[in-house]
Amino acid sequence: MGKFTFTPENEAKYQEILKKYPNSDSMMLPALWLVQEQESWISPDAMIYVAEKLGKSAIQVYEVATFYTMFNLKPIGTYHIEICKTLSCMIMGANELKKFIKATIGIEPGQTSSDGKFHLSEVECMGACGGAPMFALNGVYHEKQSVDLLKKTLEECQ
Amino acid sequence: MVVKIVSKNFDIPNAHTLKVALENGRYSSIDKLFTMTPDEVTEEVCKSGLRGKGGGGAHCGPKWQLMPKGDPRPAYLIVNGDESEPGTFKDRQIFQYDPHLLIEGIICACYAINAHDAYIYIRGEYKFFIDRLNEAINEAYAAKIIGDKVMDKYDYRVNVTVHRGGGAYICGEKSALIESLEGKRGHPRLKPHGKECEWFFDNPATVNNVETIATVPFIVENGYEAYTAHGTKSSPGTMLFAMSGPVKNPGVYELAFGNKMIDVINTLGGGMIEGKTLKAVIPGGSSCPILTADEVEKAVLDYESMWDIGSTLGTGGMMIIPQDVSMVDVAKNLIEFYHHESCGQCTPCREGTGWIDKILKKILEGDGNEEDLSTILDVCETMNGKTVCVFAPAVKDIIKSIVEKFKDEFIAEFNK
Repeated sequence: MGKFTFTPENEAKYQEILKKYPNSDSMMLPALWLVQEQESWISPDAMIYVAEKLGKSAIQVYEVATFYTMFNLKPIGTYHIEICKTLSCMIMGANELKKFIKATIGIEPGQTSSDGKFHLSEVECMGACGGAPMFALNGVYHEKQSVDLLKKTLEECQ
Repeated sequence: MVVKIVSKNFDIPNAHTLKVALENGRYSSIDKLFTMTPDEVTEEVCKSGLRGKGGGGAHCGPKWQLMPKGDPRPAYLIVNGDESEPGTFKDRQIFQYDPHLLIEGIICACYAINAHDAYIYIRGEYKFFIDRLNEAINEAYAAKIIGDKVMDKYDYRVNVTVHRGGGAYICGEKSALIESLEGKRGHPRLKPHGKECEWFFDNPATVNNVETIATVPFIVENGYEAYTAHGTKSSPGTMLFAMSGPVKNPGVYELAFGNKMIDVINTLGGGMIEGKTLKAVIPGGSSCPILTADEVEKAVLDYESMWDIGSTLGTGGMMIIPQDVSMVDVAKNLIEFYHHESCGQCTPCREGTGWIDKILKKILEGDGNEEDLSTILDVCETMNGKTVCVFAPAVKDIIKSIVEKFKDEFIAEFNK
């Protein structure tokens, strides 16, 4: 594992965001987001980098990174599918979407396909209840879904 | 039934762009704002009876009055756009369709509480909405609407920053939100005995919901009486009500307080989709006690009426549950949510949610008995009122109401 550093572009973004807060402690989440945008996950090495940048100990970064579920603590597939499982989506058929992914790609929540292409997460309410059932693909919401629509979307993932 | 105050521009194409926003009355309250003193603005909001739309329903004006006077430290406005309560998807409509309304509200609120910096904390999943809002903020800076001089002419600095959360439900709790904004885990803080403002890095701060702030420009511009003309005496004005589940037209509707829930479901919601009948409604996000079909017939959508029938209005996000969904599954689904989202700080909540989850799993696997129900109710009572924040009492409210009102469904599960 090489030593992590921000790209010059992300370093510039970091410095820009830093000006907006009265205390650099607030940079914890913005810095972790920049790391994740750069690498798609947050490695222990990157946590140490963030810690040094913020003048924190590595454990302080680790405890934040592990608290928030959106931070990936290991590499995930190219396509991250997040299926909402909470009540309105459950009522409207979220389970069917999950079963379809199991049947076609062969992965369950928390797993990555063997070719590294797809990663499935089952997530709690995404705030899209009016469009239930829904899933997000690499962060983009797909609402009012069905197995047919999911199938079509996955076919477009090349 | 529908009264458009906050949602006035939602249907106008491209109202999220500054040009269209300005053509449709955005920032028109600002001139009036600066003819008033900050205290007069707060007074106006107090008289309007505006209540927090994030679920708690605390009065907005009196909250602003908690900001210390003459304090040399900088004051901050923090806008809560965490919106993670299951069944709630209203603030995103403001980010998406009328972000300039929120910025306008922020200018008003900052002026009223003497703050120059506002942070909008938005749940991390709302990437699209965060980008949309940031575009609007950049446009507002470029047009010198915000920045060193509001509208490029009023000697008042307002800076607005969006802060992206990391996917933790508890960060919708205002003190957990501030902890998160300070770069820490989202652990709610112990509350002071007396009423006081919030503290951001030991500086005075106010936390308001997105929709609350978005209502302020209307009150500033038109006066409090224009707002109290809608709704009921104790719940004046309007609220964005969300509807989800098997109704024909799920979505967000701005309504005056005081409408009958069943009318709203049957008219705006279009009634149940074919082949489904209504069994129950969770009225305002998953943390409100559930209502049976009979109670739904009686329910009126304002704060006091909902208390009278033993529930709460919450965020106004109604989740409609049809006859063919088992209430044991509903309870299991929700307790999984709460177990996952408990921040882990207080033992009764961290352990209690997991314990109830285990019992419900056992029941669904066919090993349940009536004693399990009394254990669930017992755990609920043990969680209630013994934790730092209201997360655990909310779990008690919803789980206890499901178990008590739909006990026969649990018993049927035992006899399968």
